Amino acid sequence: MTDPKRPNMDPALLRGLTQPRYSRRQFLRNAGVGAGAVGLGAILAACGTKGVSTSSSGGGLPNAGMGTPAWWQKQTLNKQLNFANWPYYIDTSHGTHPTLDTFTKDTGIKVDYTEPIDDNTSFFAKIRPQLQAGQSIGYDIIVLTNSAAALGEMIDFGWLIPIDHSMMTNFDKYASELVTNPSWDPGNKYTMAWQSGYTTIGYNEKFIKTPPTSIEDLWNPAYKGKIGMMGIPEEIGSFGMLAIGVDPATSTPEDWTKAAAKLEEQKPLVRSYYDQNYIRALKNEDIWISMVWSGDIFQAATYQGYPFLKVAIPDQGLMFWTDNMCIPIMAENPLDAMTYMDSVYDPHTQALIEDYNAYVCPVPDAQKIIANDLNDPAVANSPTVFPDAHVQSISKNYYHWKDSQELTAWNNTFVPIYQG
Amino acid sequence: MEQHVRADLSGLKPQRRSLGKRAAPYLLGAPAGLWLIVFFVVPLITMLSLSLQTCDAVTLACSLTWRFANFSDALSTYHTQFVRSIYYGMWATVIDLAVAFPVAYWIAFRAKRKNFFLLMLLLPFFVSFVIRTLAWEFILSDQGLVLGTLKNLHLLPENFHVLATGVAVIAGIAYNYLPFTALPLYVALERMDPRVLEAAGDLYASKRTSFVRVTLPLAIPGIFAAFLLTFVPAVGDFVNAQILGGTSNTMIGTVIQTEYLVNNNYPTASALSTILLVIMLVGIFLYGKLLGSRTIEEYI
Repeated sequence: MTDPKRPNMDPALLRGLTQPRYSRRQFLRNAGVGAGAVGLGAILAACGTKGVSTSSSGGGLPNAGMGTPAWWQKQTLNKQLNFANWPYYIDTSHGTHPTLDTFTKDTGIKVDYTEPIDDNTSFFAKIRPQLQAGQSIGYDIIVLTNSAAALGEMIDFGWLIPIDHSMMTNFDKYASELVTNPSWDPGNKYTMAWQSGYTTIGYNEKFIKTPPTSIEDLWNPAYKGKIGMMGIPEEIGSFGMLAIGVDPATSTPEDWTKAAAKLEEQKPLVRSYYDQNYIRALKNEDIWISMVWSGDIFQAATYQGYPFLKVAIPDQGLMFWTDNMCIPIMAENPLDAMTYMDSVYDPHTQALIEDYNAYVCPVPDAQKIIANDLNDPAVANSPTVFPDAHVQSISKNYYHWKDSQELTAWNNTFVPIYQG
Repeated sequence: MEQHVRADLSGLKPQRRSLGKRAAPYLLGAPAGLWLIVFFVVPLITMLSLSLQTCDAVTLACSLTWRFANFSDALSTYHTQFVRSIYYGMWATVIDLAVAFPVAYWIAFRAKRKNFFLLMLLLPFFVSFVIRTLAWEFILSDQGLVLGTLKNLHLLPENFHVLATGVAVIAGIAYNYLPFTALPLYVALERMDPRVLEAAGDLYASKRTSFVRVTLPLAIPGIFAAFLLTFVPAVGDFVNAQILGGTSNTMIGTVIQTEYLVNNNYPTASALSTILLVIMLVGIFLYGKLLGSRTIEEYI
């Protein structure tokens, strides 16, 4: 039976008149949009990176099999060494480095000494892609600070070659206990200290007549606009912690928040948050008092004509850090590197290096040589070069981040202070 | 009849060009296209992708999680820096236009040895950007050449300072980007037909009127180009604020640089870069609408 209201039509024609026809062109267009959306998603997703496997995540690390006694046995001297260090960090005289020249004369190892490192994190970011690809970075020795995340990450990722303990005669005999078996590298498995140093208060005695004795002096309203702080997360965070009377090494995330509030309070008084260029601001007298690295002030005062710059030792303590020599994986001349690293622990060599850079000396025996042979009592008697019992008792260690969440939390707490 | 038609058709047949000839424009465009894909499209897509990813701060393992909160987080933390950067960039550009226009005008219309004066304008910029900014830091330091002398003469109070202020940052940017303003202005003015001005004079236009009604409208494409070439890099500048600024002069370029290189916070840095890109594109689009993009085409 047919419905009388409905015209008697071919159903196919009816469908064609009442429903939109899905043309081939439209189908292709829609398919194109769909594919485009899926494609864009795929392209965006393809930009993800796998990241690095760490010692805790198991699996073979890139340095597996390297640095064993058998491995070291197979290495030969290539009479060449590529050493990457920080600027102004080795004895320098008329454009040459006397201790390096002596080393070359004694061993026949030619040293290519460069100064490409001025910040742990950005240097690490530069060498990271090559290390991740298992390639040589072109340096046999690099120098990294224990306070920054980079050194710990290099160890965790297996990007350092364990050093040869049979070649550490000078180190075993002369190394200071401050740098032997340190907490950041138990048993000196991967590193030997180049120098240590203090992050403390530096000031210009022309403007600040009474030597600062407290971290609180950096919060003194009398110095408004003349205070320098460091825009480096681990440094400014640790100083915030000292200011609220907390030991940074054993601090908790609640302490971090309190320290950040304390630093925020200081902000109107601060001239600027610096990296190593605080030293320029101090020399130009743009700032009178600042967070400083001990040796910088000493060098500026002694060798660069700024005798009015001084280092203070605050009661709350000063931050103790160590710059460590280490051998990255795929280094081309590991045996030459090892030879050099131990040679700087010879007290005579160390005395010459120390007398120039005046950080914290890793070889206590160098003190007598600096005092007597080099006749430089200013360095030999400095409590920030050869720390006395008092300075050692108040020096503090940096916080060691347990995982990436902690590192992120730390950065999120302290970075906005100097970027706000 | 049949044959006649066929002959006609063969005459209409399109000439077949050789394969090489047809491919020539594509081949010629290929290096530029490849360049654009490798150095513009790929980084841009990577940036967009990173801005929606979640990364581990240590292993730097990143995966696309479509985390749009990267944008809102970045904006809520750093919106002041965005506003400040645009404000500083705008001031620097306005100052540059005000300074560069008379100079460009003078060189284009009055100067005898144009090339000499253009070279003089550019000479300081043969020295590195950072070195010049550091020189300003030295010159303007609190006890330095200028302020120190004035303070010794008791013309300035002891605590007066220029560095670590917004003024220092704006001045630094304006100084550093001046050639980018001056050169397009010069080109626009120099190519102006002097007979047009003579005609204006013949029609009893005063100097002032002919400047406002003839010179200025003809210079608009140059002003537009100068604005773009100055304003865009000025807003993203990351050197001046760092060297000449203080605690409350941080610009967005510095934040992005630190987030990328120091904090390894790629998602936030990418989100900030994307926001900056969008703000600039929208702003320039509106500005182009206002001044008319037709004039730019003419100019090019």
